[in-house]
Amino acid sequence: MKTISIFDRAGAFAENKDTAKDIRVNGILPALNAGEDIVLDFEKVDAATQSFIHALISDVIRKLGSAALDRMSFKSCDPTIKKIIGIVVDYMQEGLGPE
Amino acid sequence: MGLFRTLKIPFDTPFVEHEPAGRFIPITQIRNSDELSSFITDMVPLLHLEPEQARTIGYIVSELARNVIEHAESEHGAFLCAQYYKKSNSIRIGIADTGVGIKATITRSHPARTDLEAIRLALRPGITGTTSREGGTEQNAGAGLFFIKSIASINRDFFVIYSGGALYKLLKKPAGSSPRLHADPFLDRHSREEDLPAWRGTVVGADITLDRTAEFSALLDAIASTYKAAVRERVKARHKRPRFI
Repeated sequence: MKTISIFDRAGAFAENKDTAKDIRVNGILPALNAGEDIVLDFEKVDAATQSFIHALISDVIRKLGSAALDRMSFKSCDPTIKKIIGIVVDYMQEGLGPE
Repeated sequence: MGLFRTLKIPFDTPFVEHEPAGRFIPITQIRNSDELSSFITDMVPLLHLEPEQARTIGYIVSELARNVIEHAESEHGAFLCAQYYKKSNSIRIGIADTGVGIKATITRSHPARTDLEAIRLALRPGITGTTSREGGTEQNAGAGLFFIKSIASINRDFFVIYSGGALYKLLKKPAGSSPRLHADPFLDRHSREEDLPAWRGTVVGADITLDRTAEFSALLDAIASTYKAAVRERVKARHKRPRFI
């Protein structure tokens, strides 16, 4: 199991989408593709924007389907971050379909 | 605010420059992602915000400025300023760019005949100029402006967006009325105008009344249900219908 600290990469206010992309492309996707489970650790992160969370996980759900959520966990999220993750996960699953 | 300095116009009249701390953020140019991240880090102590307020203001600034950096194709990036008003205990935020404007970006993926139609689409959840695909691209969801309008709407605050020759203004909701979110901005209490003098680019303004700032968490519940309903409606609209003969 691989754990990625969001605070270490994005700071207390996680809003930089370039950082989110870097975590996704170089951390989350390679680990999941290699069969490893992922823990995204939000310890010490006070807030995150919807854009950051979208850039972090939407493409993972699109590429691997909702099954990716069985292998990806979100640790130590405060209630607002939990809700933002919930919104992104919901609309990605609702909207998975043809272009 | 540093208007003349920003515009590089000589200004010889003597004046007293106020200390920004606790009062305002002078006009600041933001050209890239790293400049934005530094700006947000510096902004919170400058405006002496409480943590809950800082979260809301930081959120708005980040989403608006990232829209400019990613979509506006503006040579000069974004120009942003904010001012604290003690009497109303509110912060007014303004952000402007001289990029291609909303119509040019949104019509890459969605049809819009006018600047106002483009603004209407841009304010809807899940509509982005980067793709017509539901859920957006890996980097864009088309949710940023909807979130900001929602924050203003729930807090009964003012929000305005001007691009090309069109303007949309979310009007303050009267106290006592129950604030409700709509996916279609034209269903909110608003005013709109077309055929205004053209602004090549986009301008957004928002007033956030600090002592009325709703718990961000409660706001997200309302956003979640409105967003989900809007996506469902769009997906349903694409469903094939049974052919009865």
